[in-house]
Amino acid sequence: MTDFATFASSRTARLVGRGLLVVLIAFPVIWVLFIANGTSFGSAVSDPKDFLITLLNGLTAAALYFVVASGFTLIFGLMRVVNMAHGAFFLFGGYIALKVQRGQVGEGGSFGLSSSQVGLFQWVLPLIAGAAAVAGLGLLMQQLFIRWNQGQELRQALITIAVSIIMADQMLAHFGGVAQDIAWPGTFDKFVNLHVAGVQYTLTRLVIAGIGLAIGLGLWLWLKKTRTGMVIRAGVDDRAMVSAMGINIQLTFAIAFLVGSALAGVGGVIGGSFASLAPGVDANWLLNSLVVVIIGGMGSLGGAAIGALLLGLTTNFAAAYLPADYTFYSIIFTFVLLAIVLAVRPLGLYGRPA
Amino acid sequence: MTENAVTPGAAPILRLRGVGRRFGGLDAVSDVDLDVGPGERRAILGPNGAGKTTLFNVISGDMPATAGTIEFLGEDVGQIPASGRSKRGMGRTYQKSRLFLGLSVEDNLYLAVLGNQTGHLRPFRRSRDGDIRERARELAGAVGLQGKCDALVGSMSHGEQRQLEVAMARAGDPKLMLLDEPASGLSRGERVALTDLLLELDPSITLILIEHDMDVALRVANRVTMMHDGRKIVEGTPDEIRANDLVHELYLGGRVAGAEEDGA
Repeated sequence: MTDFATFASSRTARLVGRGLLVVLIAFPVIWVLFIANGTSFGSAVSDPKDFLITLLNGLTAAALYFVVASGFTLIFGLMRVVNMAHGAFFLFGGYIALKVQRGQVGEGGSFGLSSSQVGLFQWVLPLIAGAAAVAGLGLLMQQLFIRWNQGQELRQALITIAVSIIMADQMLAHFGGVAQDIAWPGTFDKFVNLHVAGVQYTLTRLVIAGIGLAIGLGLWLWLKKTRTGMVIRAGVDDRAMVSAMGINIQLTFAIAFLVGSALAGVGGVIGGSFASLAPGVDANWLLNSLVVVIIGGMGSLGGAAIGALLLGLTTNFAAAYLPADYTFYSIIFTFVLLAIVLAVRPLGLYGRPA
Repeated sequence: MTENAVTPGAAPILRLRGVGRRFGGLDAVSDVDLDVGPGERRAILGPNGAGKTTLFNVISGDMPATAGTIEFLGEDVGQIPASGRSKRGMGRTYQKSRLFLGLSVEDNLYLAVLGNQTGHLRPFRRSRDGDIRERARELAGAVGLQGKCDALVGSMSHGEQRQLEVAMARAGDPKLMLLDEPASGLSRGERVALTDLLLELDPSITLILIEHDMDVALRVANRVTMMHDGRKIVEGTPDEIRANDLVHELYLGGRVAGAEEDGA
């Protein structure tokens, strides 16, 4: 054991470790670009069109991961509350939007509404309604349960788990167990010609990317340029000191929880339009958010962006560029990514000790 | 050395009677009486574990006292939390730096100024914002950090961070400043700069400082309280303290135990 410890801290071991890391990163890149034997597309060099589509899929998925995870990381960074109900908030936001949309347009056929029946406003209003409902719910949860357990992180995490379980059951009772989706407005549901390698790409995915970028930019400006943002950044460094200065930290917490929950709601509406809403989706999105913030570093907005990009690209490339017989195993790569990041940076790429 | 003459008989700005703080079975501070007059520079000395920082925490409201009364400006503040005491005119620094390392010097001071005003979280800037910025830069200038306003605090030297802490404590226009080991971990040059900074402070601000460095403490203070094992044992002017045998014993380990408590 001590022999191993001496070895592990030796220079040779570090070199071996670095070498291994380079191979782990370089091999998938080389594989996708030049080899890709037995995959459905072939290598990027031989089939640039599908490579580009996969890349865009990865980036747009990353945008959605970012929207959801940024809310999670905002709450954690400031309050050290791991909101395990974030996935349930996501699903709840989606269901509210679905109800509002059906209320506006009607129930549609047996497969729900089609985009041709839905106007832009009939998607934007449900988006706002979903986000607002979840923001209110998040604030309520924070004020009723979280606030009184300040600093007791385990207790807070358990409370949010309880909330998520209750919500999951209630949603199953009210919205049923069948997968449903929010209809995109006809304006978005078409293909656009990118004029690169003849790629026709869905506008809806580009809209998702646009929303992700807008939210990222908005959050960045909010945190860097406004007074509330400055108080939040100061609170991330030292909550007690902010409070000791006479600044109302409770109000800051409430604002952070409101915004963080609203982001889960926005994510739920986009996710419900892009994929579908069903029991179990909440757990998936909680897991996605956790993976993103663990990769990026808990509490860091930049980290959430990088984490979302890495997760989005990894899942999409793994699914597309594994040999056809093995695509079933693509999910493993998410956790390989997680393991590599944690081995090199245990606090995540941008993580700082609490 | 004692240029800030204390008016004898003036009502004390801070008045402690029988103050104690118990942690489980340990009396960290017990039965401390303290009168600090307006404009006074008081140093609190004592070996490690004497209860100096605990006394500070109790005065500033970071932890409640378990016994005794604390009066600040004639008002019993025993039940008022730290933020309320800060609003009434107490400013303090901590032994371990408590600055916002991810923010710039100006932003740190901005928040400190803001803390004592209303409308903290207004999302948009008002014209008054310029005044706060102005005040933040002024405070930075007063501690010799005028050229460092945009520097990230985490990237500054320890000495500069200590200077910034003094500026932070001054932001709320305190009547009483509590400085917990402002010179700890500083180089000799930095200590001299900090001592000068403290000597230049507005004489109307009352100052209490905990300091291990006797040179700094005795140069800045015009009155010294010596603590040992949670109790106040000696109190007097720097000259009296220098001449006191008990102080020599505690600090220099001169003679061994048995010295009677001949508190001034």
